[in-house]
Amino acid sequence: MNIGLLLLVFLAAALGTQALGLALRWVDRKVTARVQYRVGPPFFQPVFDVLKLMGKENLMPATAVGTGFLLAPVVALASTGVAAAILWAAVFQPTATFLGDLIVVVYLLTIPATMTILGGAASGNPHAAVGASREMKLLLGYELPLVLAILVAVAHNGWTLKLGDLATFQQMHGSTVLSFSGLLAFLVAILCMHAKLGQVPFDVAEAECEIMSGVYVEYSGPSLACWHLTRAMLLALLPLLLIVVFWGGLDTSVWWDWPAFLAKYVLLVALVTVLRNTNPRLRIDQTVKFFWFVLTPVAIVAAALAAIGVSENLSWL
Amino acid sequence: MALTTKAWTKWALTRSLWVYHVNAGACNNCDIEVLDLLTPRYDIERFGMLLVGSPRHADVLAVTGVCTRQTAPRVQEVYLQTPRPRVVLAIGSCACGQGIFTEAYHMARPVDETLRAVDPDATILYVPGCPPKPEAMIAAVVKAIEYLKSA
Repeated sequence: MNIGLLLLVFLAAALGTQALGLALRWVDRKVTARVQYRVGPPFFQPVFDVLKLMGKENLMPATAVGTGFLLAPVVALASTGVAAAILWAAVFQPTATFLGDLIVVVYLLTIPATMTILGGAASGNPHAAVGASREMKLLLGYELPLVLAILVAVAHNGWTLKLGDLATFQQMHGSTVLSFSGLLAFLVAILCMHAKLGQVPFDVAEAECEIMSGVYVEYSGPSLACWHLTRAMLLALLPLLLIVVFWGGLDTSVWWDWPAFLAKYVLLVALVTVLRNTNPRLRIDQTVKFFWFVLTPVAIVAAALAAIGVSENLSWL
Repeated sequence: MALTTKAWTKWALTRSLWVYHVNAGACNNCDIEVLDLLTPRYDIERFGMLLVGSPRHADVLAVTGVCTRQTAPRVQEVYLQTPRPRVVLAIGSCACGQGIFTEAYHMARPVDETLRAVDPDATILYVPGCPPKPEAMIAAVVKAIEYLKSA
C-alpha cells in the first residue's frame, strides 16, 4: 500500500468517525431531552456547535503556557483519528491489521485523557488544575481494570494481540461475552468506557456546576472545537473497541451480522446515555474507590478464571 | 461594527448561542426566570442554546442585577474573557437601568455603561421587567439573532 492511499484511508476513517460521533452526540442530547420531557436540539446541532466554535476568537489566558495549552487539543484529536483508522480496519478488514495493534489502540485512547491533563494544567486556571488532578486520578483508576478486562478477551482468543484475529477467532469459536469470565470482563469494560468518556457518574474532571467545566474552563473557539470533536469521536470509538474485543466484531461474510453489529453498537451507545441520565456525579474519592476496590478485584477474578478456563479447556469459564 | 466576518460562522453562530449567566448583584428573581428557559415548558435547547459553565465558552452574557461597586470590575473582567463575537443581554429592570436602586450608595454605573467603559462597541440588548417573563427573554434572543444576521 502506498503512502497516498494510506493517508486517504486514514482521513476517511477520521472524518467518518467525526461525523458518526457528532450524530451520536445528537442522539445523546435528544434522548436526554426526551427523558426530561423536553423537545431537544435539531439533528445538526453538534455540527453547528463545532462550526460556530471554529469561527470564534481563540483566547489564551495570560497565565497559560502557550505551547502545551494550544498543542494539547490538536494532539488529542490526531491520536483519536489514528485510533479510529486502526479500529475501523479491525472491523472491515480483519486481515489487514498488524501484530500488537490492540496495545497501540489502548495507548492511543489514553492520549486524549493525558492531553486533557496537560492542557488543563497548562491553562494556569485553578479550576482547571483541580480538574486535571481529578482526571489523573480517574485515569489511574480505570486504566488497570480496563487492561485486565481486555486481557481476559486476549486469553480467550488464543492469546493474540491482533484486533483482527480477536474478531475472527470469536466469529469461529463464539464471542468472549458468552463465557462467565468474559461477561464479567465485559461489564467491567463498559464501566471503564463510561469513565473514559467522562460521562456523568464519572465526570469529576469537568463537573460543570462545581468547577466550571474543569479542565476545559479556559478553552475557547477552535481549541474547544477540537475537544468537542475528540470527545464525539471517543463516543463513536469506544463501543467499537468493546464490540471487537468482547462481542465478536463484524463478520462481513454473512448478511445477518450487519444488523446484529448495528444492534450491539446502538445498545452500547444507548447504555452510555441511560447511565449518564440516571446517575448523580460521584465524588473523586468515591470514584477511585469504586474502580480500585470494586472493579479491579472483579477484573482480577475474571482474568484468573479466564486463565484457568483456557488451561483446563473449559470454554464456558 | 465587525462582529463576525465569514458568512458560515455567522450562520452557525445564530444556530448555536451558548449563554453564560452573570449575576451582578441580582435579588435571585431574574436568575430563577433565566433557569425557567431550560425547563420543558420553554426548552431553549430547541434553538441550540445552552447554559455553559465558563465565559470562555459563551457567545451571550446574560447579566442580571444592579451592578454594584463590588461586581462592576468583575462584570467587566468576565466580558473581556468572552471570545468575540459576543452579545450581552441585560436582563431585568435592575440590569437595564438599576431599577429602584438608582442613586443608592452602593451602586456603580448601570450594566451598559460599565461594559461600554471597556468596550465602546459592546452589543447590549435590554430585557426590562421585574422579573421579565421567559417569553420576553426568548424575544430578546430572537432580536439578538436578527441583529447578528444583519451585522
